[in-house]
Amino acid sequence: MNKDRRNQKIAFWLFLTPVLFSFFMVQIIPFVIGVYYSFTNWSATAQPSIDFVGLTNYMEAFKDATFLYATIITSIYTLANIILVNVIAFSLAMLVTTQIKGRNIYRAGFFLPNVIGGIILGYIWQYIFNQFIPTVGGIIGVKFLTDNLMLADSKTALAALVIVSTWQYAGYIMMIYVAALQNVPRDLIEAAQIDGATPWQRFKAITIPMVRPAFTVTLFLTLVNSFKQFDVNASLTGVGPSTMFMGKAINGTTLLAMNISNTSLVLRNTALAQAKAILFFIVLVIFSLIQVYYSKKKEVEL
Amino acid sequence: MNRKITRNLLEALAIMLVIFFMVPLVLVFINANKTNAEILNAPLSLPENWGTIWKNIANIWTNPNIRYSKALYSSVIVTFFSLAGITIFSAMGAWVLVRTKTKTSFAIFMMFVAAMVIPFQVVMFPLVKWFGTFQQWTGIPMLRSYFGIIVAYIGFGSSLSIFMFHGFMKSIPLDIEEAAYIDGCGKVKTFFLIVLPILKPIYVTVLILNGIWIWNDFLLPMLVLGKGTPVQTIPLAVSNFAGAFVTSYDLMMTAIFMALVPVVIFFISAQKHIIKGMVEGSVK
Repeated sequence: MNKDRRNQKIAFWLFLTPVLFSFFMVQIIPFVIGVYYSFTNWSATAQPSIDFVGLTNYMEAFKDATFLYATIITSIYTLANIILVNVIAFSLAMLVTTQIKGRNIYRAGFFLPNVIGGIILGYIWQYIFNQFIPTVGGIIGVKFLTDNLMLADSKTALAALVIVSTWQYAGYIMMIYVAALQNVPRDLIEAAQIDGATPWQRFKAITIPMVRPAFTVTLFLTLVNSFKQFDVNASLTGVGPSTMFMGKAINGTTLLAMNISNTSLVLRNTALAQAKAILFFIVLVIFSLIQVYYSKKKEVEL
Repeated sequence: MNRKITRNLLEALAIMLVIFFMVPLVLVFINANKTNAEILNAPLSLPENWGTIWKNIANIWTNPNIRYSKALYSSVIVTFFSLAGITIFSAMGAWVLVRTKTKTSFAIFMMFVAAMVIPFQVVMFPLVKWFGTFQQWTGIPMLRSYFGIIVAYIGFGSSLSIFMFHGFMKSIPLDIEEAAYIDGCGKVKTFFLIVLPILKPIYVTVLILNGIWIWNDFLLPMLVLGKGTPVQTIPLAVSNFAGAFVTSYDLMMTAIFMALVPVVIFFISAQKHIIKGMVEGSVK
């Protein structure tokens, strides 16, 4: 019996070793180092020693105009994305759950952009915004399209980012709504129909309440994924055109993830990047806690 | 009658929307068939000569600025071995975590789950530094190497994979494993011959979720492999190329087209599994 238990224990650790090794190598150890380094003067350039500097980096992060600006535009981008992606995804889901022919083909078509990498998508749309639309504008005689390059102005470039991520993401969120809509019992809708409920009444009183659990999932998914956006940002707009913020000229479409990267890769101030990343992490933890709270609450209601 | 009209209208709407969604991808294909002058002067017309694409593809395939053939090879190697590692090691780990009911086991599982909240930005720079240090200590190449990036993908993919395997295994009855044990099956044999085959449906989901992420990933290869080094994945190679050839739209579109082809073929051939897998992965 005792030997058996010891063997169990050995097997337990042997089976866990490969995955734990990789997990510690890339998540736990770098996380611990990363937290510590956010309190030091760690730089990307060679330095004689890495010294503890307390909260200096955090103070600096709060005073950093580019970081503040990145937080603001990331919030705007996220909010716009949440609304646009979900409205379009839900409408598409309604469309592809009706009794039309070829539903599965349409679903696959809307979903396709989602399996393509953000980097590649960004380059495709860069061509569309910079080259295709202006030239077509010239040919069809709409001077406005030729003279206003969307990616050349920070506000419209941000809108371009929203367009591309909506295009990329809507089909994915659509499928979550499709799964939810298919769970709405048909007899419930038919019963309401017999009772004389109008389509709008049926939609409001049956469909919406029945798919409500899906909304929690889709809203948080779009929230977190928009907040972390990097790839499309990197390839479509880059740091973006220059704009004025708090009396300083800064790059207009640098979202948070890119601001953190460039703080180390361009400005070589890795410790400051690390402090920004920790703040970024704290915000994401708060998002997750809210999500857990909402899902738990729903379980109770059910 | 009225119903039929509504249905036809909805169908027409759906077809129009799908076409609208596909425009960017179709543009890539059309432009990969054009010369640069055609793209610049006649963006709306079809290519003069559809054979141009083969010339463009041959160009990209051997172009020293993108080294597409090498990047394709690297992407396949990285994705294949990372997926093999993630799925087998996570399934092994999840299995003993489910079957061992101790505090340690629960704590380890919670650690994997909690790590899902950590954004890549927090660990990316320390990771590069740590890999460098580890390389110095042990002599095992971690940066700019296949080994390093595969370990990184196994580590980053493990959280969600363990979580998904764990959830699935909880519902598998113990009886089968106990019967195997009584018949003299060791742990290793039981796992590979009994448990792994039962995992097939969730295994496919985990493969797809991780596969699409790894194939498309950009930031991790950029940091661990570096830009312009011998080992480049396709997203890195395309990004290098875009930096240098922004205005050669014909070549740029061909490079993008060639990056799209593997993904689109994979998607079309397995779209049911892919859509189901990706949606399942998110809802959990």
